[in-house]
Amino acid sequence: MAIFLTKDSRVLVQGMTGAEGTRHTTRMLAAGTDVVAGVTPGKGGRSVDFGERTVPVFGSVTEAVAETGADVSVVFVPPRFTAAAVEEAVAAEVPLCVVITEGVPVHDAVRLRALAGGRTRIIGPNCPGLISPGQSSAGIIPADITSAGRIGLVSKSGTLTYQLMYELRDLGFSTAVGIGGDPVVGTTHIDCLRAFQDDPGTDAIVMIGEIGGDAEERAAAYIERHVTKPVVAYVAGFTAPEGKTMGHAGAIVSGSSGTAQAKKEALEAAGVRVGRTPSETARLMRSALS
Amino acid sequence: MDLYEYQAKELFGRHGIPVPAGRIAATPAEARAIAAELDTPVVIKAQVKTGGRGKAGGIRPAAGPVAAEAEADRVLGMDIKGHIARRVLVEAATVPFEEYYAAFLVDRAEGGFLAMVSGQGGMEIEELAATDPDALVKLPIDPVTGVDADVARLLAEKAGLPGQAAEVLERLWRVLVAEDALLVEVNPLICTTDQRIMALDGKVTLDDNAAFRHAWEGYAERTDSLEDRARAKGLNYVKLDGTVGVIGNGAGLVMSTLDVVAGAGADPANFLDIGGGASAQVMADGLEIILADPDVRSVLVNVFGGITACDAVANGIVTALGLLGERGLGRPIVVRLDGNNAEVGRRILSDARHPAVRQVSTMDGAAEMAARLAAGA
Repeated sequence: MAIFLTKDSRVLVQGMTGAEGTRHTTRMLAAGTDVVAGVTPGKGGRSVDFGERTVPVFGSVTEAVAETGADVSVVFVPPRFTAAAVEEAVAAEVPLCVVITEGVPVHDAVRLRALAGGRTRIIGPNCPGLISPGQSSAGIIPADITSAGRIGLVSKSGTLTYQLMYELRDLGFSTAVGIGGDPVVGTTHIDCLRAFQDDPGTDAIVMIGEIGGDAEERAAAYIERHVTKPVVAYVAGFTAPEGKTMGHAGAIVSGSSGTAQAKKEALEAAGVRVGRTPSETARLMRSALS
Repeated sequence: MDLYEYQAKELFGRHGIPVPAGRIAATPAEARAIAAELDTPVVIKAQVKTGGRGKAGGIRPAAGPVAAEAEADRVLGMDIKGHIARRVLVEAATVPFEEYYAAFLVDRAEGGFLAMVSGQGGMEIEELAATDPDALVKLPIDPVTGVDADVARLLAEKAGLPGQAAEVLERLWRVLVAEDALLVEVNPLICTTDQRIMALDGKVTLDDNAAFRHAWEGYAERTDSLEDRARAKGLNYVKLDGTVGVIGNGAGLVMSTLDVVAGAGADPANFLDIGGGASAQVMADGLEIILADPDVRSVLVNVFGGITACDAVANGIVTALGLLGERGLGRPIVVRLDGNNAEVGRRILSDARHPAVRQVSTMDGAAEMAARLAAGA
């Protein structure tokens, strides 16, 4: 089992005919993903040959969904066109829309979140997507660094996700979700924790956070009340200075709030073991499962 | 991107929010000329992107042009919490009858917008929120319908602002939306003795992601700092105070690397994220920026090969060291490669036999070695 994405997911790629879209569609297919359609406005009626599979291109998401029954969209379009692309997926009532694009204006993210309501789950923007190893991949998470297993992972950071997936590759993962490092994202740590708690294929959860905002503190409160599976966590950014943006637009410490120390304390108070380094976090997960 | 007060007020003016008459001056003589032109008592206000200007003596009244010149001379060049006042705003002195607080912002926690309005302005809003939370009205704003006349009236009423403030609140919301701002804040928003509403101060934070749909070139500040040189090369670099230079791929991994370096007893000299691809040119640009920092005594390159396999990264590092030539020598470079094709990548690096390069296979071990080398051991 897995959360949000399984071997039965039928994936369409918005922006598949662009360079990034083509490159990552190739990788998604190699990871076993059932990519059923591409969408590029104005290029409907064509198709793209990926060797093992030829994927039809449609001019709109609505058309692609009607023709192929796609139920996941992965968005690879540039920032200035991202809002329109996601609006299309929401209008077509695609249940899951994964926005890989980096640099989406925050106002667009807020508006899309409101538009999506309860019908479409948006993951991202500015995220690596999600992968259920051995089943399907929607995004850019490398499939060959880990294996299928029973750990769930949720993270703001792409490379830290890869790092932990690699360290725990022998145990393997049910699903790893990169929710993105922007100030406003469609799916939160809590959404993923809830789904992992309910997923019979997940035995334990790794949560990776970083400075900025209070998502980790909220997640800690949620874990204390609702999560019975073991959770281990890692928080990046203990040495980050106040007021500086470190790569992720959301990773900024303002005053005393949003510090790594505050997040670590909140998580530990909720009974979550927090690693000092990614490697120690992996060790904590091993002992939690043994 | 934060704006200066004078830039925020220009935006307010463009959206019909009343602000005191005034202009920006870079020299005492300019301040004198502006005061003469305004022909009224003025206030000289240091333009720095930090709070607490008043307490630091960066806001000074001046009765006329001569006093304006003298006060501008005192304020220009002033260091306020590490920010140097290079310009002053010379503004018509305005006496408030009442002071309020008004802000609209992106609420990260809820993924929406939030209004914060109070009938008590002038003091630090954090202080107000702590001492008298009931005096601060917080209202989530629907991202689709926004703040119309009714919502603005409701806000003014709840916070105890006079009716004529509602229109200003509605316009302030328009600034947030039209300018892609993450925050617009007026503290104090005032009512004058003749019942006019006016923004006496202004703070605006713009969303850098939205730059493509605005003409913000004028806000860019160019200096010769390493941070700006890195930005010109498309690198995300933040200067810190330590001696271990850090390069990695991915913001989260680099932040984590800084923490692990600190845990090993050294202070990181910088944050530098070279992103996913890690090509030879990007790696060379990154190393060059880091080695241009004289405080750096060792460098830690921490790369996890995810999409880009480690052999490609290793070739990038070897080529980068070749591109750097002599500049790369002298300071040790500790490299940790892990992930896809890590074995092949490590062999490429050891075959290259570069005298400055040392390899450690784990992140924790590499940080310890870089820390030890920076300490001169």
